Amino acid sequence: MSGCLEVIDGGLDNSIQDAGRYGYRHMGVAVSGFLDPLFAACANALVGNGNAAAAIEIRGCGLGLAVRHGPLRVALSGPLSASVLRHGGSRQELDAWQSATLETGDVLRCGAVNGGTAYLAVSGGIDVAPQLGSRATHRRTGIGGIAGRLLATGDALPCPRLAGNACREYRAEPWRHLDGPIRVIPGPQADHFTNGEFERLLASPYRVTRDSDRMGMRLDGPALVHRSPTHVDIVSDAVAPGALQVPGNGQPILLLADCQTVGGYPKIATVIRADLPRLGQCRTGDELRFAKIDLPQALAIQRRESERLARWQNAIATCQPASYLDEAALYTCNLIDGMVRAEPPTHD
Amino acid sequence: MPPQAYDIPRLLPLGDSAWTVEFAGHIDPTIHGRVMALDARVDDARRHDPAFAGVVDTVPSFRSLTVHFLPDPDPLALGERLLALARGAEAAILGGRSWRLPACFDAALAPDLAAVAERHGTTPEEVVRALCRTEFRVYMIGFMPGFPYMGGLPTELHTPRLGTPRKLVPARSIAIAGEMCAVYPWPSPGGWNLLGQTPIDLFVADDDPPALLAAGDSVRWQAVDRREYARIERALAHGELHRQNFLREGQT
Repeated sequence: MSGCLEVIDGGLDNSIQDAGRYGYRHMGVAVSGFLDPLFAACANALVGNGNAAAAIEIRGCGLGLAVRHGPLRVALSGPLSASVLRHGGSRQELDAWQSATLETGDVLRCGAVNGGTAYLAVSGGIDVAPQLGSRATHRRTGIGGIAGRLLATGDALPCPRLAGNACREYRAEPWRHLDGPIRVIPGPQADHFTNGEFERLLASPYRVTRDSDRMGMRLDGPALVHRSPTHVDIVSDAVAPGALQVPGNGQPILLLADCQTVGGYPKIATVIRADLPRLGQCRTGDELRFAKIDLPQALAIQRRESERLARWQNAIATCQPASYLDEAALYTCNLIDGMVRAEPPTHD
Repeated sequence: MPPQAYDIPRLLPLGDSAWTVEFAGHIDPTIHGRVMALDARVDDARRHDPAFAGVVDTVPSFRSLTVHFLPDPDPLALGERLLALARGAEAAILGGRSWRLPACFDAALAPDLAAVAERHGTTPEEVVRALCRTEFRVYMIGFMPGFPYMGGLPTELHTPRLGTPRKLVPARSIAIAGEMCAVYPWPSPGGWNLLGQTPIDLFVADDDPPALLAAGDSVRWQAVDRREYARIERALAHGELHRQNFLREGQT
């Protein structure tokens, strides 16, 4: 029998995502998928899934889930923690970067993600029906996920049940994103700007404005001036997540996973694949700096990041499950008083 | 002097996950023919050439083909192979499908038809006749799933976008802006001039293929009255008619 997680509080801005929808961009269908594929891969690895398994992307607050058919193993990654109310009445904190096994009747309530992106992965992946080859939600066109929309109270999320409970959990150090400037490759329309404008892009910080969502982030910084008024528009061509479009006002728009497939603004530069996950963690007001690299350098960085992820995944350790605090029993037995720590032992 | 194609196609990086092969800077059916010829050659190469194993999407547009790829096996080698294919890509005879799509130009479904006619010093009937005489060419699908950018609009109907875009354009509206004609697949904001509606859905996610039209297709509008429009709409909804029934004869 299949497992089931019921959404008891949809919260805000939480959606089902996976590695993205490929093979349909010529029909105008966006890739969508994880904004931060690295954090998503970490959460998936902690519950034994491959990198591409569908998980819940948490960008807002208030997500609450109840296990209708368990057991299931879950794990969080990113700037978030949750609390688990066991069906027996005990309560347990669940931090990111470690797994927990939930039984039928357990309730998990996530805290708020205050900017950035977090993931909740479930063993076996969220098993809603794929649409056009993917479970990723693209809200603007109503494709994927559950009816193409954000999670809502009452949604039932099918997922495989754990075969037996091995009574062990998994944990790892928090994944650290690279720091330093965001690397870009010039083009495809860098020639719509004078060299001085490209230098300006590299020399100044650009602030992430409030006008940002899964489609893109509007940035605020020194205006980038097109070579001439005729260079403000191009005959529309394909775009990709990471492209830095510059409309007539000179303020760049940095495209993200849900972006359209084509656009009519010149793209001065494009963020490399390895740095896209970092953009998923940007908050309003963050300042981005850009550095220029070439394609061979970008490919080398991408290779190193893939190796680093593989090392991180290999370093996942097993641990004993946190002992569930059954406060009533403890008080009855009068064994302890004061603070109780319920951290699992860190051996293994 | 009219704009020219580049002497040799340009290979432009769209970051480290896509190449754009650009043939020219302007819109032209011959240039688009080369784009579609390259798309066909890439399609073929994906079946047998290991250099194309990482290709995940190809997106034809007016004057370029964008090839999206994964980091493996070797994007630099892929770029070289693309450029070689592009140099040999001559405009083929349009291999796309040919559609005759019903369109209703009843005033209730065509809020901008009278204004467009007035702007060009003619009558709504004459605008409709000109539209239905035109063989439109689908240059690109984009903006939203299934949205076709179609060229071929007669010069005397070239019309700028609305000064103030509409907050809500009804689904399946036939619209013109600049030298282009398009159809809105579903309700959305939009600034194009609305001249009619088609009863055919442009994008149905659960159909195969989901998008009615593809780059390289050609489209002719066939004027129908409100009654026929409603009949076709009903027949499609009940499965008595299928979208493929509107291909011109001899095609599948």
